[in-house]
Amino acid sequence: MDLNTLWFILLTVLFSGFFFLEGFDYGVGILLPFVAKTDRERRAVINTIGPVWDGNEVWMITAGGAMFAAFPHMYATLFSGFYVALVFMLAGLIIRGVAFEFRSKRDNPKWRETWDWAVYYGSLIPAFLWGVTVANLMQGVAIEADFNYYGGLIPLLNPYAMFGGVVFLSLFITHGASFLAIKLKGEIQERVKALSGKLWIAAVILTVAFLAWTYLATDILNNPGWDGLIPAILAAVALLAYGLFLRMGREGLTFLSGGLVIVLATVMVFSGLFPRLMISTLDPANSLTIYNASSSPYTLKIITIVAAIFVPIVVAYQGWTYWIFRKRLSPDSSDLHY
Amino acid sequence: MDPVILSRWQFAATTIFHFFFVPVTLGLSVFLAILETKYVTSGDEIYKKMVKFWGKIFLINFAIGVVTGIVQEFHFGLNWSEYARFMGDIFGAPLAIEGLMAFFLESTFIGVWIFGWDKLSKGAHAAVAWMVAIGSNLSSLWILIANSFMQNPVGYAIRNGRAEMTDFGALVSNPNVWHQFPHVVTAGITTAGFIIMAFSAWHLLRDQSENNEFFKRSFKWAAVFALVGSILVGSIGHAQGQFLAKSQPLKIAAMEGHWETEAPASFSVIAIVNQEKQENTFDVKVPKFLSLMLFNNLTSEFKGLIDLQAEEVAKYGPGDYIPPVTLSYWSSRTMIGLGLLMVLLAGLAVWWSWKDRLTDLKWFLKIMIPAGLFPTIAITAGWLIAETGRWPWIVHGLQKIEDAVSPAITPGSIVFSLVAFVVLYTVLGVVGVALMLKYGKSDPAISEGKGE
Repeated sequence: MDLNTLWFILLTVLFSGFFFLEGFDYGVGILLPFVAKTDRERRAVINTIGPVWDGNEVWMITAGGAMFAAFPHMYATLFSGFYVALVFMLAGLIIRGVAFEFRSKRDNPKWRETWDWAVYYGSLIPAFLWGVTVANLMQGVAIEADFNYYGGLIPLLNPYAMFGGVVFLSLFITHGASFLAIKLKGEIQERVKALSGKLWIAAVILTVAFLAWTYLATDILNNPGWDGLIPAILAAVALLAYGLFLRMGREGLTFLSGGLVIVLATVMVFSGLFPRLMISTLDPANSLTIYNASSSPYTLKIITIVAAIFVPIVVAYQGWTYWIFRKRLSPDSSDLHY
Repeated sequence: MDPVILSRWQFAATTIFHFFFVPVTLGLSVFLAILETKYVTSGDEIYKKMVKFWGKIFLINFAIGVVTGIVQEFHFGLNWSEYARFMGDIFGAPLAIEGLMAFFLESTFIGVWIFGWDKLSKGAHAAVAWMVAIGSNLSSLWILIANSFMQNPVGYAIRNGRAEMTDFGALVSNPNVWHQFPHVVTAGITTAGFIIMAFSAWHLLRDQSENNEFFKRSFKWAAVFALVGSILVGSIGHAQGQFLAKSQPLKIAAMEGHWETEAPASFSVIAIVNQEKQENTFDVKVPKFLSLMLFNNLTSEFKGLIDLQAEEVAKYGPGDYIPPVTLSYWSSRTMIGLGLLMVLLAGLAVWWSWKDRLTDLKWFLKIMIPAGLFPTIAITAGWLIAETGRWPWIVHGLQKIEDAVSPAITPGSIVFSLVAFVVLYTVLGVVGVALMLKYGKSDPAISEGKGE
């Protein structure tokens, strides 16, 4: 396997980690106004992700950095081409990040309500826009021969991509609900679990519809490179397992299957793209691939060494933090810091 | 409107705003880790109280630093995609390494630090504080390795229409890094010291007797911190100036407002610069002093902007190679002037803390409150020199700013994002400063234990 392929896989790993971890963070943020009624309840919900959200967000930042380092043309084309959408996403991430820190810094109910809405929109907007972005990657965009996409925002908001955004939202919310189920206790946890069944049904319907549309509108599921179909089927199975474990009341396994859905869906997208990174709808020759968009072999070698050392270390200490903060929270817990 | 100018404004706004907050966290993370270590070794509860109290100021800054940092990470693709294509092979690697080595470390352990007080042993919690401090300062190392290439390219070859890395070791050992990085780290230490002294001075002026010991002790630690920081930042800055005289002569000539070549070179104290006419209409000079400062002798020649411009034209073809001189000149006077003043203030602060005379010297405490802003002003001035002094290059000698901007973005969309970001930064800035004032002025005896 050459380094270009290795970095394609590493990028898949980083995006899988990002969607898995930030997926439930976004989900929790979106569920906030629906599952928590009082200030103490909202505080408990936010504090379930309090110790970990910042570390989770670094998966996105590192995925972006790795994309820049390994496939600079993809970084350049994607971020300049999807400019306005990304500005909205960044704005969402800005208000969400400070909201966690700021919300409990004053007692004023209006103040806290404002920042709770910032958490909500700051989770909703990025989650939706990542879905739109990924769906556009699957479908391809009008990339010209100079590797630039000049179409602006409007063509990106096509029905398939918008539907992709809705599917991402649905999966993240479902994932977030199962995370809350393992992190909360008491009445509020019951409320989350009661909601989970409905969220799951919605996720199943949306996912099946999206896979069908994907089959018709893209070549992701019958890509001659690698096959996106197998991970797609596995993702569907994991989603069914989610429902099964939910019924059985197995909270931990429900959460893991939800995470698996997201990881497998990410693997599906990347497999379906391989060896392309961004598909051009104008001319296959304009598509960015792991070869024409990559850094030099020397640079790939350097970052491979660094990644080989640090990715396992990061996974180890982040895993440790989840162990430290394994205790469930309730609105009357004494250790709510945010 | 010109997308290059709009993109420059947006980058400047983001970077400057980001760096109002980051130096505070660079220095304060180390300060808190030291205090927490002191708490563990001495068992004295006052140190824990100090860590918790100043920790709030730290976290407010940290939050704003993190969210504006995300914009920074993606800015190179958003507005500077041609730069990303040309430089990705070199610039991407330190950014990816920064994420893997530093951002993960600081961001993961910051959560443990905030939420882990009751879950970890005292020693382990202090170790977590050190992880945050190391992570924060390591991230500045990697971003400065990236930035240093733009100032002083090393270890590369131009191949396949782009700059490709040929020697990672050269990138890391770039002499520019080893001036800039310690300069930034010690600037952070100075910033933390002055901010803590400012809030402590405010409290000591109110003379709340039960908290006097707390703020005297905080002031004393911060004073030592600020003195060490400000002496180092100045000494390193001096070495950096001497290095710049070799690596980026146009930048230093602009800083000094020096149009004509001169041997020995005089140092301009105050001048009115006329960039169009390429002269200073008013200039107060100290003979030979610039030669002494930059070359350690009283004879060396210093090349002026006019000759340097001619050299650049001969080398790179026609064009304007002179950075904005008035901005560089006054930024350097602001930075160096405040830097020297801070050494003096920090020295007095240490002395009078030691003699326990602070509460008698109300005038000094009154000065130390606005002095809390001096490091931030000096740092901003320093970055203005570093970044505008690269003009017209985005990467010195390799790519011009005008060639780096994204072709795919329209002026309209940049205006939209510029307005959106500036509005967001303004709100964040106002809220952040208001919260810092609220917590910095709060009573450490009361705010303790509220769980906020």
